[in-house]
Parts: sequence; C-alpha cells; structure tokens
Amino acid sequence: MHEVSIMEEAVRLAVDAAKSSGADRVTHLRLRVGALSGVVPDALRFAFDVVCRGTLAEGASLEIEPVAAASWCPVCRSEFAGTDFFNECPGCHKVCGELQRGREIEIATVETN
Amino acid sequence: MCQECGCGVSGGDVKIGGHSPVDHGHHHAHGDHGHPDHGHDHGHLHGTKTLDLNVSLMAKNDRLAERNRGFFHAKKLLVLNVVSSPGSGKTTFIRETAVQLAGKLRVGVIVGDLATDNDAARLRGAGIPVVQITTGTVCHLDADMVSKAAEQLDLDQLDVLVIENVGNLVCPADYDLGEDLRVVLLSTTEGEDKPLKYPPMFHSAHVAIVTKSDLAKAAGFDREVALANLNRVSHHAEIFELSSKTGKGMKPWLDYLVNLRAQGGVQPAHHHH
Repeated sequence: MHEVSIMEEAVRLAVDAAKSSGADRVTHLRLRVGALSGVVPDALRFAFDVVCRGTLAEGASLEIEPVAAASWCPVCRSEFAGTDFFNECPGCHKVCGELQRGREIEIATVETN
Repeated sequence: MCQECGCGVSGGDVKIGGHSPVDHGHHHAHGDHGHPDHGHDHGHLHGTKTLDLNVSLMAKNDRLAERNRGFFHAKKLLVLNVVSSPGSGKTTFIRETAVQLAGKLRVGVIVGDLATDNDAARLRGAGIPVVQITTGTVCHLDADMVSKAAEQLDLDQLDVLVIENVGNLVCPADYDLGEDLRVVLLSTTEGEDKPLKYPPMFHSAHVAIVTKSDLAKAAGFDREVALANLNRVSHHAEIFELSSKTGKGMKPWLDYLVNLRAQGGVQPAHHHH
C-alpha cells in the first residue's frame, strides 16, 4: 500500500524539524492515524525501519496514536462515536455522513537529541 | 502490506514518458523544489527536546495538488482522475470517451501504471496525446508525478486532461492530484459490494461509473444492489451506467462532460483528510 510513501514523508518532516532546531538525532516519532484513514498501522511500522535507515532518525522509536471515528449529527448538534463513514445518530437515528474525526494521517511530535 | 501490493519507496523508480525525472536537464516550471531553506546557523543545542509538528502527512501532496489545480484552471482544462481496480476497463473507457468527444472537446491522457506502456500504446493508437508514468513499485500517482507528466503535453491544445490512475482502489484515495473530478469505475464483473469494501475511494468520488453493462447479465450483476451501495457510499456522486465496448449509455456521460466544460465553473474537488 502507500504506507511507505507516507512514512517517508513523516521521516522527512521529522528530520527537517530536527535539523532546524539544531538537533543531531531524531529519537522518537509520534503519529496520529484515524481509524478510517485507509492507512494500516502495522504497515507503517514495517516501513518505518526501512525508511529511517541512513537518516538522522535511524534507530528512533515510533508511536502510533489511533484516532477513533466520530460523526456529527446536524439535527442533534452533537458528536457521536462511529465505526464507519456513515453512522446512525444514537439520538435521532438519522444516518450522518459528516465525519469529524477518523481520517487523520498526521505527524504529532518528534523527540530529538 | 507492501510486499503484497508491490508498493515501494518512492523516488528512484518513477519514470515519466520513458525518462527518469532525475535525468531531465531542463527546468520544471511548476514541479516541486520546495525544500525549506534552513540557511542560517542554529548552533548545536544538545539534550532531549520534543517538537510539536501537528501536520498532515498528506500536506505536501495537497499543496502540490492545489498548485496543479490552479495551473489547470488557468489553462481552462477540465481534469479527471480515473480510478478503479485493475481490469475494470479504465483504458477502454478513456479511449472511447476521447474518441467520441472528438470534434467537441480535445482530450489528452496521462497514464499511470506499475510497469509496461501497453495502456499508453492502446490510447496512442487511437490518436490521443498520451504521456506515460511508470511508477515502478509505487501503487498510486501523486501530484508531483502529474505536474511533471503534464509538462510533456501541449496543454494549450487540450480541453480535457484525463489522468488514468494505477489500478488500485486503496492507495490512490488519499492522493489529490489537482483534478476537478474524481471518477471511480465499478465494472459489472466485479461484484456489487465494491463500494462497501473500499469506502474511502467511493466516498471521495464525484462521479461513479458502472462499466461493462453489456456483461451484466452474464456476470449475474445485481444492478439494484450495486446502485443502492453506490448511493449509500457515494451519495453525492453523479452515477452513469454504460458499456464502453458497445457505446450504450456513453451519450449522457459525454454530454455531462461537454456541459461541465462549457460552464467553465467546475466545482472545486473536495477531499477528506
């Protein structure tokens, strides 16, 4: 899948951030990955070691924070948890397609040394 | 995992129009050279530090896609990103669309494939301007590849640019290419539940096309179920049913493109990151 390309971008951003802050090494990366992002965390972990090789992030650890899906009900004006792109509001039983969270593919923090 | 879909490290393997992009001596007018300039000296501050980045990993591609979109609009091009599983009939569909639009709209094509230029050759054989992107081990097209490939077409001589993505319903979903319309194909030989199996792709599509309608009966295709699934997952999408081979159902699709191009005001594509 496209996890390798995504991981390359994460490591590129981490290494750039480390360099601009004057650090020599990236020791830890924390990503946020939504349940409906289409990205498989295990595939990201698999790609991570390969992509880090030969960069300032070689030997760094990887943390993936899962983000559960949440939908917005425009009728009840409230957010509710869901597992799909379309979820039934528990309040009014309307099927809502507006996801509030769950599509994230983000780099949250980088620890450097 | 990566071994299964054949996706590998980007850079390196991607070839555009038979050349590796790194071999190009000329300047890329709107390619990405966006390395941030860290020219000043930061000194070396040692000790553990936590840096908050909080940025989308798709941000770079999204920026390049917006640049493509602005550039294509300036050229008054209607741009389609055609996605489907392998074997859904993308190339035949694109060829027939281009051939039948002749005299009304001029169509050029960018074709993405893991290997071989067979699809490009089939289109070129029909007299359509084509640029091939061979992605090597990368399972999707991205905005940068498209911007480099587009430089090899005479865009001023085109009205419609069709991008034939790599046959894959997973990875291309996350990559905005700068298109006006994302067009997803569902062939009658694949099963009615494809939209439910690949919701990110079907949800992000502006147009869903049921192809190979001439084979529906032989394949035992349940049209009602397929349309119900499409309406659920791609509820905002325009739906067309056609056969590229027999031509049946092509006219509403061609009229749709002609009208859209005539309006000049294609709605900006919305993607979900």
